[in-house]
Amino acid sequence: MMWSWIPSNWSLIWQLTWENAKLGVLPALYGLVISLPLGVIAARWRWFYPPTLTVINILYAVPSLALFIALIPAFGLTDTTVIIALTVFSLCVILPNVVAGLRAVPAAVTQAATAMGYGPLRRLVTVELPLAVPVILAGFRVGVVASISLASVGQLIGVSSLGYLFIDGLQRSFPTEIYVGLVLVIALALACDLIIVAVRRALTPWAAS
Amino acid sequence: MSFFSWAWDWVTTDANWHGSGSIPQQLVAYLGYCALPLLIAALIGVPAGVAIGHRGGKRAVVVINTANAWRAIPTLGLLILLAVFLGFSPLTWLLPLVVLAVPPILVNAYEGVAAVDPSVKDAARGMGMTPWQQVTRVEIPNALPLILVGLRTAAIFVVATATIAAYIGLGGLGRFIIDGLASDQYGPVAGGALLVVILAVLVLALFAGLSRLVIPAGLRKQAKTE
Repeated sequence: MMWSWIPSNWSLIWQLTWENAKLGVLPALYGLVISLPLGVIAARWRWFYPPTLTVINILYAVPSLALFIALIPAFGLTDTTVIIALTVFSLCVILPNVVAGLRAVPAAVTQAATAMGYGPLRRLVTVELPLAVPVILAGFRVGVVASISLASVGQLIGVSSLGYLFIDGLQRSFPTEIYVGLVLVIALALACDLIIVAVRRALTPWAAS
Repeated sequence: MSFFSWAWDWVTTDANWHGSGSIPQQLVAYLGYCALPLLIAALIGVPAGVAIGHRGGKRAVVVINTANAWRAIPTLGLLILLAVFLGFSPLTWLLPLVVLAVPPILVNAYEGVAAVDPSVKDAARGMGMTPWQQVTRVEIPNALPLILVGLRTAAIFVVATATIAAYIGLGGLGRFIIDGLASDQYGPVAGGALLVVILAVLVLALFAGLSRLVIPAGLRKQAKTE
């Protein structure tokens, strides 16, 4: 471990961390935005869900590197390629949680909302989705953590992330750089995880913890 | 789609199926790279998850949260770190893949056992089963669907990730991808990627078949009526 390497490369480290955060958080957010309408549809019309789940299971089985490569002809060696691929993976972990969260809303609650004169849309937005928030965010957490960690693989096709520190460290046989990369990826994932937990507490003040 | 035409041309080229470093050879090597870490991870994850689920309590939550945070460890980074320190020791590729595979196996085994209906557990105790019998005859069979989901997820992770072992010079299907990328040949890159995807889908099918075989009939019926 060569501590002096860190301050002298501060701007590089900061830039890579920022890139990696972007490549991790954006796909999870896009995945969440796509999952919500799909999840609502799947929770309402049950026949829609089993075939969707099969497609998702197969998509999730595609190696990240393979998916990056499959997208190269269309999007080149760019951030877009990595973001689209990681969005697909995030979708795969978030959608099942959206469906599970919506289905777990007690029937008595939805009936009470209907009896109070709530229309289907208002009931969905003000009653069902808020109650499903903990389960949806549990999926979102996994999506963010996985995307941040997988973004480093994007470095193999030349898309800049903390993975640069791994590969550069290997080529120069310089473990310090690899340590810094590993610690920062894990720290970034845990920091994002903590933020999501804080958001969940703010959104669900009725929950015990 | 150009990806599939590239992949198809490469996979159907006869020369790629013969000689050293051919498709069959790398495929066999790849299966080895996947099977061994999975086996080790299952031997760690299933007993640990079952034990934690059986005992329950607040400590279980801590262990499960740790296992989830564990997923933040980037496999590529760990692989490269070990490559720098250990060189070409088997541990170099084995350890990162085991680290990758343990959390889904452990968490699902835990959730499966923890979610067994308490009245079923009580009934087992009431019938005079020893704790060992309760675990092996009641809790594990009831948790099997989720244990299998965990093993399937881990298998998919490992099959999808073992390609990066080629980055530190090992064989397997990743060889085609990494070498192709290095020499700007898109054919082997797409072909190697396609073979990994096919392998992953086969793993999914294998587990679908396996779950039919090993999940007790009574549980399957219950799952259907739910």
